[in-house]
Amino acid sequence: MVRFENVGLRYGFGPEILRDLSFNIAPQSFQFLTGPSGAGKTTLMRLMLQALQPTRGLITVFGRNAATLTKDEITAMRRRIGVVFQDFRLLEHLTTYENVALPLRVLGKNEFSYRSEVVELLRWVGLGERMHVLPPVLSGGEKQRAAIARAVIASPELLLADEPTGNVDPSLGRRLMRLFVELQKSGTAVVIATHDLALMDMFDDARRLVLGDGRMHIYD
Amino acid sequence: MTDASVPHEEIVVQAPAGAMSLVPADSIAGRALVTVIAIMTFLAALTAGGALLVTQASREWRASVSQEITVQVRQVAGNDVDAAAQKAGEITRLQPGIGDVKVYSKAESQKLLEPWLGSGLDLSELPVPRLIVIKLTNNSAKPDLTMLRQALARDVPGSSLDDHSLWLDRLAIMANSIVFIALMIFVLVVIAMIMAVAFATRGAMAGNREIVSVLHLVGAADGFIAQQFQRHFLRLGLRGGLIGAVAAAVAFVFAGWLAGAFSSVPGGEQVEALFGTFSLGISGYLILLTIGLAMALVTGVMSRVIVFRHLRGLE
Repeated sequence: MVRFENVGLRYGFGPEILRDLSFNIAPQSFQFLTGPSGAGKTTLMRLMLQALQPTRGLITVFGRNAATLTKDEITAMRRRIGVVFQDFRLLEHLTTYENVALPLRVLGKNEFSYRSEVVELLRWVGLGERMHVLPPVLSGGEKQRAAIARAVIASPELLLADEPTGNVDPSLGRRLMRLFVELQKSGTAVVIATHDLALMDMFDDARRLVLGDGRMHIYD
Repeated sequence: MTDASVPHEEIVVQAPAGAMSLVPADSIAGRALVTVIAIMTFLAALTAGGALLVTQASREWRASVSQEITVQVRQVAGNDVDAAAQKAGEITRLQPGIGDVKVYSKAESQKLLEPWLGSGLDLSELPVPRLIVIKLTNNSAKPDLTMLRQALARDVPGSSLDDHSLWLDRLAIMANSIVFIALMIFVLVVIAMIMAVAFATRGAMAGNREIVSVLHLVGAADGFIAQQFQRHFLRLGLRGGLIGAVAAAVAFVFAGWLAGAFSSVPGGEQVEALFGTFSLGISGYLILLTIGLAMALVTGVMSRVIVFRHLRGLE
């Protein structure tokens, strides 16, 4: 599904912050991407999303060389990927409901076709009473849940979640993790960036991609 | 989506009706742009309406003047000018397409000079020419002016025929010049408005960079994003365009009322001579409305072009 071969990245003329990354993310797989703060977890996710281009190496996404993708093809590729951003990136003038429905709206779907689905998901993540509220009114945890709901609403083939449980209590964190596991069982490949060891220990059979000093160590 | 720990309630769908614009609708920049578009539309509509009034007035002048020709009979030594004038009138009446023929007497001719020379003067010693004002009929029979001119030259010495073509040409040039200047002003106003929209769109793109970025990352195509901005600016354009067009229509109605109220004073007569009664008619007001809508359309299309350029620049 996603394949990195000797990928390196540097900003400008600075040192390489990611070096010789080679790994593969298989369909319907579940993995944690971990490492200390500043190790490059978010940067790696941006590379997978084609929001950044590597300075060397080959990235293959859904069987296509990412370097040769046209803008339309990148758009089509992103529609198959759900992303939970560390800083949520909710649109502040849209309600929780509208933010969650955004990936379906950009697909040109009629609101009647997805309304009940969005409402059901919002209720499931505990935002049923907050669906008409604008993000500035939401707490950090509520924003995080809205961001997760937005990432999974279109049933993506690949889910990239950057610290998705960082702002919620342990109970809700476990519940959200069960959501990711269910997604994986239904066919989605899941990549969760975190440095929460306790969280990873709860899913000790999951693959771990550990970033450190710009390199990756893989523990299957 | 199910979870055993969550009781499955019957979902009551209470989602908001109607999708919210993805571009924030109300902002200070948006209100400023509506004001600019309204002012530009007002000026463009005033210019177009003014040109329309001048065109209508000039058409009316030309229609009335072209239905009339004049014969002037000057005094020639040894000739009775009044008899010559009567003879010229008779020759004229024989032509087809001639309606009413009025031969001005000596007293009437002298009266015509009063606006320039003043009243109460003895003009009997002056060789005042006689005028014959000839109205043309509206039917298809047209007088042969060349033949009439030749006949008058042959039979009435000192006579000359004026079909007002020189004056009509000058009138046409003046009216066309006014319309041309109005068109230039209109084009400049539209260009200024396009520039304002271009700057506003660039500002909106910069101000909404985060929205554009998020839309890209959730899989929105450039066309979708451009459509959102186009809709936003079309709405602003419609608001500004309609405000400007309605204000211009009100201005013309008010000017018409003023012209009617002051028509009896000399200045009012001059204004009425140039612009008529300020009545644009239904078609004129429809043109003003069309200008308002066209301004909105230009705003929408322009913003789409700028957004596409901006998005291409992000590649």
